[in-house]
This record gives sequence, structure tokens and C-alpha cells, in this order.
Amino acid sequence: MAIRLIVNGKPEPVAASITIGELLAGRRIDQTHVVVEVNREIIARERFHEIELGDNDVVEILRFVGGG
Amino acid sequence: MDDLVIGGVTIHSRLITGSGKYRDDRLIPDVLAAAQCDIITVALRRIDFDRPQESIINHIPKGKVLLPNTSGARNAEEAVRSARLSRAMGCGNWIKIEVINDQRYLLPDNNETVKATSILADEGFVVLPYIYPDITTARHLVDAGAHAVMPLAAPIGSNRGLLTKEFIAMLIEEIPLPVIVDAGIGKPSHAAEAMEMGAAAILLNTAIATSDDPVAMAKAFRLAVEAGRTAFLAGCAPQYIEARASSPLTGFLES
Repeated sequence: MAIRLIVNGKPEPVAASITIGELLAGRRIDQTHVVVEVNREIIARERFHEIELGDNDVVEILRFVGGG
Repeated sequence: MDDLVIGGVTIHSRLITGSGKYRDDRLIPDVLAAAQCDIITVALRRIDFDRPQESIINHIPKGKVLLPNTSGARNAEEAVRSARLSRAMGCGNWIKIEVINDQRYLLPDNNETVKATSILADEGFVVLPYIYPDITTARHLVDAGAHAVMPLAAPIGSNRGLLTKEFIAMLIEEIPLPVIVDAGIGKPSHAAEAMEMGAAAILLNTAIATSDDPVAMAKAFRLAVEAGRTAFLAGCAPQYIEARASSPLTGFLES
């Protein structure tokens, strides 16, 4: 069964019971350089592999860029 | 140069640089070496899924103090959210509060900045707020637990120098926190002038990053900041309207 996430503002269909770690790995994202928020809650990096995402979860994946 | 202590951390360099606008981020290590700076600012943004491995962190040498900003925040609530996310990155608890609604001049919202400072200082952040140089705001920031105040010299990226000079001088006189001049510094002479006035440090980005030779310009700013600080500590001589002779006032064949 598939669910729908909102990832960085865009609808994203994914397989059910996907973890944050799996979502990141599927997109080749370096976990040590990102911070993840799910439904406005910051998720500690150590928990990326245990937190399963659910239908309509709003996920933000951010990293540091150049800035002044 | 004498050290600066912010949030219990001893800072050797009074030049803080930004990491934005470089034509190639691989210049950053050489720029930091030439600037000899200890603190560098970064911004927080959504990841680019087309470049999933990309992070400015890859270009910043270990051992630097990372100062994330809250750019993009339009009010205190968004600044607090941005700050908490940045801390979760695991690169320290320093934060430059930047709350901006004005898209033309990028001037900060001082009131929202005070609100965000109060919340984040209570949560244990080392808080460095970017402000329009206003003494009432600065006093509220002292009460709110800020670790420095960072008044703007001129609009961000404008390179126009110390347009707010007199008001920054008031903050330096009245506020018992380091006053770090942030934004608008375009040339080394601007940086030296601010340091001669007694500013604690200079934060700049555009003037180095968009120069023809960022590494050489970083060195020029380091020397200017050192010169200005050294002159401030030496005590600049007073100014007079009329001349005061440096040589004896007698004719050269008289005694």
C-alpha cells in the first residue's frame, strides 16, 4: 500500500511503513549533514531509522548553505 | 590583538565572515585562512534533491565556530523554529537572529528580534541578534539575554560603509555587550573605522566573496580589523579645528 507525504512542500507518494532513514537513503542524502522535521517536530538523527512516516505527514529536510 | 569572549568562548579574531555568494565554495578554506577568522556564518535551507550530498559544511575546516543565521524568518516564531533546527544539526548552539520583512532594504524587524532573542537565550543558545542600531532595542536585548548586539552599518550587500556611524557609536558607549558591526561594510577602510570607534568585531560577507580576489581581500580585511583594534586600544589622538604645530614654532635659524 502506498501513502502520500508532503516532502519539502511537494506531494510525494511512497511505500507504506517507510522510515525517515529509508526516505533519505532512497534519495542518496548524507544523513550527517541534514536535519529533519516531521509535522513541525524535530527528529533526532539517532531516531531516523526507527521513525516510520504516515499518510499526510509533512516532512522538511534541510541542510546548511552559504549565507551571511 | 586582544581576545574577545562571547558566550564563554574565547575568540582570537575580530573578523567574522559569511559563507554566501562565493563563485566557487572551494575558495572558502583559503579565504578563512587568509582572514584568520574563528567564526563563520551559514544559512539553513531545504535540501536540493538534485544535489543530495551538497552542504556548505563540506567546505568549512574543522574547529571553526559555526554561526547559523535565521535568514528567511519573517517573525520571531519562524526565527525560533529555524534556530532550533540549526541546533539539531549538531554543530553547536550559536545563532545569529535575522528577522526581515522588508525585501527592498532587508532591514531587520527589531521588535520580533527581541522576542526571538528572549526565547532562544532561555533555551541556552548563544544569541547574536542582527539589528537596526537603536539603543532602546539594544537595552531590551541585554535584558533578554543576548550575548552581543550586531547593528547594521548599511543595508546587507550594499557595500556602503558606516551610514549609521553615530548610532553605532551610541551602542558602543551605552551597551555592556560586544557590539559587532554587521552588514554594509564594503571596504577595509570601513572595517578599520568601525574598529577604531571601539566595535568589538566586524561581520561581513559580500565585500570579500564578490571581490575579484576573495583570498587577497580576506587578508586586507584582517589587516584592517587588526589596525583598527590596535588604534582603538592605543587611544586615537583628539581632533582640533585649528593647526597644532608638530615642529618648534621658531624660525629655523633662530634659537
